[in-house]
Amino acid sequence: MRLSSCTLANGEIRDLVIENQIIVGIEPASKNGDLDCSSLRVLPGFVDLHTHLREPGFEQSETVLTGSQAAASGGYTALFAMANTQPVADNAGTVTQVAELGEAAGLVEVRPIGAITKGLEGKQLSAMGSMFNSKAQVRIFSDDGHCVSDAALMKTAMEYLQPLGGVIAQHAQEPTLTLGSQVNEGEISRITGLKGWPSSAEESIILRDALLSEQTGCRLHVCHVTSKLGVELIRWAKQRGFPVTAEVTPHHLVLTELEAKNYDTRFKVNPPLRTQQDTEALVEGLVDGTIDVIGTDHAPHASDAKQQQWDAAAFGMTGLEQAYQVAHKVLVHSGLSDWERLAEAMSSAPALIGGVSNHGRIEVGQEANLAFIDPTKSLRVEGNVYSKSANNPYTGMEFASSVVHTMFRGGFSYKDGEVKK
Amino acid sequence: MRHLLSTDELNRETAIEILDSASQLSRLNEDTTRKFPTLQGKTVVTLFYEDSTRTRISFELAAKRLSADVINFSAGGSAVNKGENLKDTAQTLEALGADALIVRHSASGASYNLAHNGWTSAAIVNAGDGTNQHPTQALLDALSLRQGFNIDDGKGLDGKKILIVGDILHSRVARSNLALLPTLGAEVEAVGPGSFSPGCKYANLDEALETKPDAVMMLRVQKERMNQPLIPSDKEYSRFWGLTEQRVKKVPNCLILHPGPMNRGLEISTYAAESNNSLVLSQVKNGLAVRMAVLSMILGGKNETI
Repeated sequence: MRLSSCTLANGEIRDLVIENQIIVGIEPASKNGDLDCSSLRVLPGFVDLHTHLREPGFEQSETVLTGSQAAASGGYTALFAMANTQPVADNAGTVTQVAELGEAAGLVEVRPIGAITKGLEGKQLSAMGSMFNSKAQVRIFSDDGHCVSDAALMKTAMEYLQPLGGVIAQHAQEPTLTLGSQVNEGEISRITGLKGWPSSAEESIILRDALLSEQTGCRLHVCHVTSKLGVELIRWAKQRGFPVTAEVTPHHLVLTELEAKNYDTRFKVNPPLRTQQDTEALVEGLVDGTIDVIGTDHAPHASDAKQQQWDAAAFGMTGLEQAYQVAHKVLVHSGLSDWERLAEAMSSAPALIGGVSNHGRIEVGQEANLAFIDPTKSLRVEGNVYSKSANNPYTGMEFASSVVHTMFRGGFSYKDGEVKK
Repeated sequence: MRHLLSTDELNRETAIEILDSASQLSRLNEDTTRKFPTLQGKTVVTLFYEDSTRTRISFELAAKRLSADVINFSAGGSAVNKGENLKDTAQTLEALGADALIVRHSASGASYNLAHNGWTSAAIVNAGDGTNQHPTQALLDALSLRQGFNIDDGKGLDGKKILIVGDILHSRVARSNLALLPTLGAEVEAVGPGSFSPGCKYANLDEALETKPDAVMMLRVQKERMNQPLIPSDKEYSRFWGLTEQRVKKVPNCLILHPGPMNRGLEISTYAAESNNSLVLSQVKNGLAVRMAVLSMILGGKNETI
């Protein structure tokens, strides 16, 4: 198959030739391909390090299939599924089951994340070695949703994982500072009377874990950074050469705490939305590479869990279907950065961190995992199309550019607005 | 006025209108014929997810004085204990024809959700939501202050300096007054120990009283809302921030308010509570009148929007 006149991330225009799932040629642009891509940007397929697929256990909110469909429609070709399922993905059997469900869906590569501690309880290490060596080849470990708050246990987990070569992805939240917390501590907690959530709860753990990563040599990935000071701590750790990478969610880049002023539970999320100043620091950190990747923290919830008073509603919002559009808005449309940085933050950097070398690059010999972007196709978001849940925070917002096709292993998983059946 | 959710939403004109109406009702409440036909045929539900006998009976009596049918729904022993959520309860009460829900809930924003999420078309009166708002409390405080200062109907609290003392962080009473009293022209300052009142400029109540307030509002220390003790001890709190006899004597013309129930000997001394400057009992009396005024404004046919 010849994809003609593709504009690549660096602006070069080339034909891509695909055979048997593989990119076999990157050739001078022509007009006689099987698909005319002359009006499209073609980027390496996106890789999400932070997805909640909810299966097994919470299939009323999402399944591996519906999450894969949402991902494909958003330009993704690989995603990492968080461990907070039921049963928890803290053993080789469960992670293998999730990986197999991903293969059966066949729309994106589903890579399970293993729990750091048994049952996400923060007490005893899970079988990280067995998960690492299982068919699911787990490379990222996280208790996401919960922070591994016990410093000694975190140090042990890092010491244990370091020789294997895995990554610890930490949800940084000092629990004693956030008992019952609901929204950012500051203006919004004052307006709403909802309990404040200080950013120091996050920053103190980021600093602690950065020090532990330096001491143990274990790679640390800081999930969903939300604050200006958090970005500065990561910048400092990287300057010191600590093995630290960081992620920001689409929602923390464009939404602020003020969204919560009317108690609209779509905007209830952990960690909470912060201030305008924080979003600006996050964008700056993303532009200069302090923050390596955009990870969605796609967190679907059935309507019952959200149609509640704020305190009782579930934390989380979806992101897979709009993450690219947010990335385009803050990096490219804003003029602050460019397509190459977008491709890096959405694809090559997460592929490197997660160890999926068949994603993240457009090169001869690489698996053909591609996202096709129409830079001028604007879209007003009317909610999720493929995710099973409706907790989409972007509903009503308009974006300037859209994903039009996605190619996974040489075949279209999403084409002309339709996910492959 | 369709709902009463927050004193943030009240402009000066509407607030004074409520106070004037309450002031009139409070005089009528002294008469022997104390029942008015205003809400005949209307159904009012007190929907209380938190225990509060004082507020509930005040609202109940207010609705009954206005001839409404009143149903008391309390979370204990109801469907709520069987797992029913707020939305379903609201829809059930709507199906039974409730015209107004008077709501007390532990979650901040619960009343806002009921009013704006399309779960019910009943009018919502917030009777206290979490640490957020308790608007009728602030209105009754304002009415008590206006009477205490001998200010005429039709006027606000212009130029008066009011100190709110204590657990600002956990107090919907403080929050409601911090929004309402400045709307009425008063100068309001919230003070207390730093863990209760972040950013407070004074080390103790003596320093705060040197600003010569016209009134002090002592808040209840709400131990039940603290995840962990935010003050070292009752004794230390009382020593630094309690309205003791000596402190009352330093500000002889200062009016004293407390929303009740009082922790005597902790935030307020018996001397202060029972002094001539104490408005505590007029607050209770005005509570009834303010709630009657609010219910008649919301359900009685006037259609102002705020």
